[in-house]
Amino acid sequence: MRVFETPLYPYERSPDQDASTPARHPVVVVGAGPVGLAAAIDLARRDIPVVLLDDNDRVSHGSRAICFAKRALEIFDRLGCGDGIVDHGVTWSRGKVFFRDRRIYDFDLLAEEGHRRPAFINLQQYRLEELLVSRLRDLRSDGRPVELRGGSRVTRVEPGAGSVLLTVETRDGPYRLEAEWLVACDGAGSTVRRELGLDFAGRVFEDNFLIADVTMKADFPTERWFWFDPPFNRGQSALLHRQPEGVWRIDLQLGPGIDREEEQRPEKVVPRLRQMLGEDVEFELEWISVYTFQCARIERFRHGRVLFAGDAAHQVSPFGARGANSGLQDVDNLVWKLERVLRGRSPDSLLDSYDAERVPAADENILNSTRSTDFITPKSDASRLFRDAVLDLAETQPMARPLVNSGRLSLPHVYVDSPLHSADRSDLPARTRPGSPAVDAPIDDGWLLGRLGDRFQLLALGIDVPGEEPGLEVISLPAGQHPLLDERYLGEAPGALYLLRPDQHVAARFTGYDPDRIAAAFRRASGQETDAS
Amino acid sequence: MTRLRTEPNIPGGDGFYQELLELHQGRSKEESEALNARLILLLANHIGDREVLREAMQAAARTDR
Repeated sequence: MRVFETPLYPYERSPDQDASTPARHPVVVVGAGPVGLAAAIDLARRDIPVVLLDDNDRVSHGSRAICFAKRALEIFDRLGCGDGIVDHGVTWSRGKVFFRDRRIYDFDLLAEEGHRRPAFINLQQYRLEELLVSRLRDLRSDGRPVELRGGSRVTRVEPGAGSVLLTVETRDGPYRLEAEWLVACDGAGSTVRRELGLDFAGRVFEDNFLIADVTMKADFPTERWFWFDPPFNRGQSALLHRQPEGVWRIDLQLGPGIDREEEQRPEKVVPRLRQMLGEDVEFELEWISVYTFQCARIERFRHGRVLFAGDAAHQVSPFGARGANSGLQDVDNLVWKLERVLRGRSPDSLLDSYDAERVPAADENILNSTRSTDFITPKSDASRLFRDAVLDLAETQPMARPLVNSGRLSLPHVYVDSPLHSADRSDLPARTRPGSPAVDAPIDDGWLLGRLGDRFQLLALGIDVPGEEPGLEVISLPAGQHPLLDERYLGEAPGALYLLRPDQHVAARFTGYDPDRIAAAFRRASGQETDAS
Repeated sequence: MTRLRTEPNIPGGDGFYQELLELHQGRSKEESEALNARLILLLANHIGDREVLREAMQAAARTDR
């Protein structure tokens, strides 16, 4: 029996079901996919009681998300489960691009040195979910306040002024729950979104993809192969990707308006795969499914006490692996804010910054994935003309290869216009400007990101911080001893101070010590002051 | 301020023009279009300046001549 066929968190009756009035919880998270699980783990680590509800009792069926980018891996490190995830995943850097019946070029993505984590790993979503469920269980065994309730389907959501009332359907019948804050991670078909009557806005296009997982019977290179307009899938695209455990994932684009049943018949699929992989490659078909996507988002991600994250808030095409990766960044952004608000350290207006920061991030992802989709399936004659010209040139002219767009790797969004950030008056390196996630670098005993915690902190590089900074943890490192750290954080400057948020994004930076400016930047970054600069 | 050079800049303009036409000789409309697209991409890469390229696109799209 495969992992996704095994009940991992079977339904158990909760005392809440016998309560005479709805039990009240600080946070309820709906949906135990990667995004909801990450949210629950982060909350539990911060000792915020959280109930995670899922209508199912097992990890997602088959392979969905597959590629997890460096930023997501760094978030998993912060959540305490990065090693297990990276150990299970496969890393790759080489690939081939095909156009019609020709192989037009090979590539090797050379990752920048000096990062603990690779640019990305490939890992089946169900494997990731399994590892996250196990992390959640460990936290629970350590006495952290987290509960994962399987077989619990949210059917009604009634937002109120002080809480949100939920109706949860179980096999023992329905019961009600009261959530101070509701985090909706219930995916593309979000019940919470529907209950609030929210529509997706933006460009919607319907496309179908056939996904097949195959096991190769002999060695096959660990590479990403992408076909534009191949003979076995005319006018569409195809993708071959390596997964762990000797499994390769195949994505065949099918276009709109197809017969789903017909396309999934092995008699139809296997000959196509033979054409893709070569007649002499022996393989076994593990399973097949068809899915559709759209590129769209809801207008706002915060609706009072309901916060939307992941596919429930925004959807992208699969090109560029921006779905799960961006959802994980949503919760990375959200959870520390929820903690501060729940503990009364910041006003609840801090949660508006979740919207202000993650909506532009979603737009950036939608833009990138829309561009990839337009390149892969040109929608007009002119678009096809230039797409084909790029691919024709790419065979012999390196200049054309950067224009070939089969998905742009998910990079973390820089919160350039965030209300939480202080103006940058320095000429320190651009890649660590306010809004950027802290860039990793090797330091003597390990990695910078490993040294950073998940509280507000002041990273002092080559500048002496004389006293304690209220509310801030000070991390002091010398300048001139770690070349890559200096290059990424100092540039030409002899020293610098970086104010880092609990999600390890830069909130402000200075080239000299001024406690008043640091305190002002901290108040601003924690949402205690949003009007001054 | 415009950065796109719009004053004459090609030595032996007539010769260039002739070569351009010869390039398309004997090609179908589709082949010519594809060739032009490749040519635009090669030239754009050579220019490599987004502002100049944008001005060139705008100049080419003008209909009020």
